[in-house]
Amino acid sequence: MADAEALLPLAVAIPLIGAVLLAVAGRWLPRLGCDLLATATAAAGLGCLVALWPHTANRAAVRIGGHPADIGIVLLADPLGTGLALLAAVLVLAVIVYSWRYFDEPAGDRAGVFPALLLLFEAGMVGFALTADLFNAFVFFELMSVAAFALTGYRIEDPRPLQGALTFGIVTSFAAYGSLLGIAMLYARTGELNLARLGERLDGQPTDALTVVAFVLVVTAFLVKAAAAPFHFWLPDAHAVAPTPVCMLMSGVMVELGVYGVARVYWAVFAGPGGIPHTAFRTTFVAVGVVTALLGALMCWPQRHLKRMLAFSTVSHVGLFLVGVALLTPAGTGATAVYVAGHGCAKAALFGLCGVLLDQYGSVDEYGLHGKARAHRAVGLLFALGALVLAGLPPFGAGLGKALGEEAAGHALLPVLLLTSAVTGAALLRATARIFWGAGPPPRKAPADAETTGEGEEPEVRAARQSPRPPMVAVPAALLLLGLLVGTVPAVAESLGHGAELFTDRAGYGAAAGGSELRGGAAPEAVATEWTAVGAGLGVASAALACLMAGAALWWPGGVALRRASAAAVLPLRRLHSGLLGDYLAWLAVGMAALLLAVALQAQGA
Amino acid sequence: MRDRTRLLLLGCACAVIAGFFTAACPRLPAFGTDLHRYGDRAVAAALAHQTANVVSSVNFDLRALDTLGEETILFVTVLASTLLLRLARDERKAPPRSERALPTTRLFGAVLLPVALVVGVYVVAHGQLTPGGGFQGGVVLATALHLAYLAADYRVLERVRPLEALDVTDALAAVSFTALGLAGLAAGGAFLENVLPFGTFNQITSGGLVPLLNVAVGVEVGSGLIVLLAHFLDQAVEITEPDGHPHPGGRPHRRPATAPQEDEN
Amino acid sequence: MGVLPFLAAGWVLLTALYGLVTSRNLIHAIGCLAVAQSSTYLMLLGVGYRRGATAPVYGDLEPGSRPVVDPVVQALTLTDIVVGATATALLLALTIQLRKRHGTVDPQALTALKG
Repeated sequence: MADAEALLPLAVAIPLIGAVLLAVAGRWLPRLGCDLLATATAAAGLGCLVALWPHTANRAAVRIGGHPADIGIVLLADPLGTGLALLAAVLVLAVIVYSWRYFDEPAGDRAGVFPALLLLFEAGMVGFALTADLFNAFVFFELMSVAAFALTGYRIEDPRPLQGALTFGIVTSFAAYGSLLGIAMLYARTGELNLARLGERLDGQPTDALTVVAFVLVVTAFLVKAAAAPFHFWLPDAHAVAPTPVCMLMSGVMVELGVYGVARVYWAVFAGPGGIPHTAFRTTFVAVGVVTALLGALMCWPQRHLKRMLAFSTVSHVGLFLVGVALLTPAGTGATAVYVAGHGCAKAALFGLCGVLLDQYGSVDEYGLHGKARAHRAVGLLFALGALVLAGLPPFGAGLGKALGEEAAGHALLPVLLLTSAVTGAALLRATARIFWGAGPPPRKAPADAETTGEGEEPEVRAARQSPRPPMVAVPAALLLLGLLVGTVPAVAESLGHGAELFTDRAGYGAAAGGSELRGGAAPEAVATEWTAVGAGLGVASAALACLMAGAALWWPGGVALRRASAAAVLPLRRLHSGLLGDYLAWLAVGMAALLLAVALQAQGA
Repeated sequence: MRDRTRLLLLGCACAVIAGFFTAACPRLPAFGTDLHRYGDRAVAAALAHQTANVVSSVNFDLRALDTLGEETILFVTVLASTLLLRLARDERKAPPRSERALPTTRLFGAVLLPVALVVGVYVVAHGQLTPGGGFQGGVVLATALHLAYLAADYRVLERVRPLEALDVTDALAAVSFTALGLAGLAAGGAFLENVLPFGTFNQITSGGLVPLLNVAVGVEVGSGLIVLLAHFLDQAVEITEPDGHPHPGGRPHRRPATAPQEDEN
Repeated sequence: MGVLPFLAAGWVLLTALYGLVTSRNLIHAIGCLAVAQSSTYLMLLGVGYRRGATAPVYGDLEPGSRPVVDPVVQALTLTDIVVGATATALLLALTIQLRKRHGTVDPQALTALKG
C-alpha cells in the first residue's frame, strides 16, 4: 500500500507540475520543446495511473495530510474511478499528440499556455474521479469546469466560440453553486463531508424534504455536466464551437464524469435507509436516461454541422449511460463502465477526424462539403468505422458495453438502446457517405430558421497544406484501435466488471473511505463481461440498421415525403435549442422542479 | 421561446423549488445550534497543531487539498486570461496616454501605497494567528500596487509592475504549494502532511507548514491578481483596432453576427 | 427566526435565477451569477453559526474560554469566494471579447448557435 500512498496524490500533482513548467518554460522554449514537455508530462501522468491500477482491485485509500477521515480529505482509488481517470489521461495524451504544432496562437512566447490548460483540465478530472470527499469533489469539479470553458472560448476572433463558452460557463457555474447549497445542507444535517461518513450519518435519519432537496441540488450540477435532458442545452453549443482537441476531451470523458458523479454520490451517500429509496432513484433516472437518449438521437439526425451532430450523439449516449447506472445493479454499472471506455475512444477519434476536415476545408458542414473530400478516402474509412462503432459494431468496446447494457436492462429498454445507437450511427454514416464519397443527390436545405450550419468556420491550422498532418490521422486511428482492445481483451472488461461489483458495494466503500468498519455487506454478485452470441448479434443488427437508415436517407426516392414530415415534426424541438441563455436556465429550473417532484413523490410512496 | 412562455415556465418551476426548499429548511438544525461535530473536531485538531487561527488550519492543514485545488483554479484563470485577452490578429498595442492627477491624489497615493503593501505582508505573515492569511493578504498586496494607477497613470503602474517576473512568480508560487505537499511525502509522511515542527502556540513560527503555505498562497494571489488585472487593463487602455481607434465606445467590427445561411439550392 | 437565514439563502438563489433568465446584459448576468453564489455563503455561514459564540481564532482568546462558531464552513466559504471570483473573471474576459466581435452584450441577441 505504500506505493498507492504516493501514486494517488501524484496522479493529481504531475499534471499540475507539468502545467507550471509549460507556463514558465513556454516563454523561452521553442515550439517543439513545448510539445515535447507537454507530451512527456501527459505520459508521466498516464504512467502514474497505470502504476496505480493494480492497487485498485482491493481499493486503495490515502488520507491526505495523514489526517483521519473525519477531519481530513481521503482520496480513494477503485477500478471505476481510476478507470475514468485513466481514460482522461489517455485522451489528454492523445489530444496533446494530436495537436502537435496544431495551433499558432498565442504566438511566440506563450506557446505553452494551451497545453498547460489541457494538463490542468486533466488534473481537475483526475482529482474529481479519485476524491472521496464531497466538498473536495466540488473544488475539482470547478477546476475542470473553469479549464473547460476557458478552452472552449479559445478562438477569440470568432463570436460563436465566445458565445458557446459563456453559455457553458454560466449554466455550469449556476448549477455548481446550487450543488454547494445542497452540500451545505447535508453538512448541517450530518456534520461530515467525507462521502462514506456522510452516508453513515444519513442512515440514522429519516428521509424527508431536506434529504430530497439536498439530493436534487447536489445531483443537478452533475446532470448539467453530464448533459442529461433538460440540462443538456449547453453541450451542443459548446461542442460545436470549441477547438477540436478540446471537444475530444469534453465528449470523450468530461461529460461521462457527470454520470460518474451522480452514481458515486448516490451509492456512497444516498443509497442507505436515510437516503433516497432505490426504487425512486431507479425509476427517476432510468426515465431521465431514456428521455435523454431519445432526444439526443432525434436531434442528432437532422444536424448538418458535423461537430454538433457528434455532440448530440454524445447526449444520446449519455442517456444510455444514465440508464445503465440507474439500474443500480453491478451488471448495469459494469456495462456502463465498458461502454464509457469504448465510447470515449471512438468519440474522441471522430472529433479528431472532424478536425482534419476543418483543417482542409474550413468547414464541417455536411451539405457544403458534399463530395468535396473524395481525396481523403482513408479519413473517410476511419470516419465510417467510428460511426459503426458508435452504432454498436462488434467486437469494439462500445459494442461490448452496449451488448452488456442490453442484457442488464432487459427487454423493456432494449429497443431504446438499439434504436438510439443506430440512429446516431446512421446520421454519422450519412454524413460520411456524402462528404467522402459524394453519395446521393446534393442535399436540399432544411428549414432555415432553426439551424446551425457548419460553414464559415475558422480553419484551426493556419498554413494550408495538401495533406493533413500525420498525427491528426494517426491519433484517431490509434484511438479506434484502443476501443477495439477494450472490446477484445477480456481482462479489461473483467476488471471493469469487478470494479462495478466494488462500486455498488456500499459497505465496502464506506469502510475503505473512512467510515466505520465493514458491517457485513452482502457478497457482491459476479458480473459477466464476455461477448454473448445474442449481444454480438444485436450489435451487428444495430450496425446494419444504421447502414440501412443512412442508405435510405441518401438514395431512397420515396423517402422525400417522409423526410419532409419528420423534419417538420422535429422542428419544434429544434426551436427549443435556441442558443439563448435565458431559455437554458429556465429549462434548468424546470428540470430541478421535475426531479424534486419525481423523487419526493416516489420517496413518500416507498 | 417567447418571453412570456419562458417567464411562465420559470415561475412554475421556481414555485415548486421554493416550496420544497421552504419545507426543507425547518429540518435543518436550528440557526445558532450548539451541535457542530466537524467544527469541534477541527478546533481540537488545530489546537493540537498549535495553530491559533482555526480557519487557516482548516484551509492549510486539515483540508489543504481543497486549497491546492482552489489555487490551481486561480492559476487556470490567470493562464486563461493570457489566452482569452491576447492580442487578436487584427489588433495593435498603442502606448497609453499620460494623465494628470490632482496633487492631493498623488500625495495620497504616494503615502498609502507603502502602507498598503506593509499591511498586505502583515496579513499574509500572521495568517496562522489572526484573521487573514494568504488570500486576504495577497489581495491587499495586489490592490495596493494599483494605487499607482489611481494616483498617477498607467505608465507609472507599468513601471512599478514587472509583469513578466510576476507571471513567472505566480506560476512558481502555484507549484510550490504542490512541492510543499510532496515534501511531506518525501519525509515519509502523507501528501500535504504537516511535517514541520509545530512551534509554540500563538507565535509567528507556529503551525508548522501553515505559514509556509500561507506565504505561497499570498505570493500566488498577489502576483496572479496583478497579472489578471493587467490583462483587463490592457484591454481598456492599450489595445486598439488596426485603424488606431481604441475599442471602448467601439462598434462591432469585421464579422457579421451569424454564419451566412443563404445556401439555398 | 430559526429558519429565516436559511430561507434567505434560497430566496437569494431564486432571485439570481430570475435575474439570469431575464437578463438583457451579460455583465448584469454575470453579476446575477455572483448573487447566486452569495446564497451559498449565506447558507454555509448560517449553518455554522453558534449562538453566543465568537470567531474561531485564538490569537487573543484563551482556548476553551468561549465557544466559537464552526471554522470549517468559514474555510469552505473562503475557498468558495476564490472559486467564484476566478470564474467571474473568466466570464468577464469572454464578455469583453464578445463585445468586440459581436458588438453586443445582450444575451438575447446571441443566436448564432441554434437547432
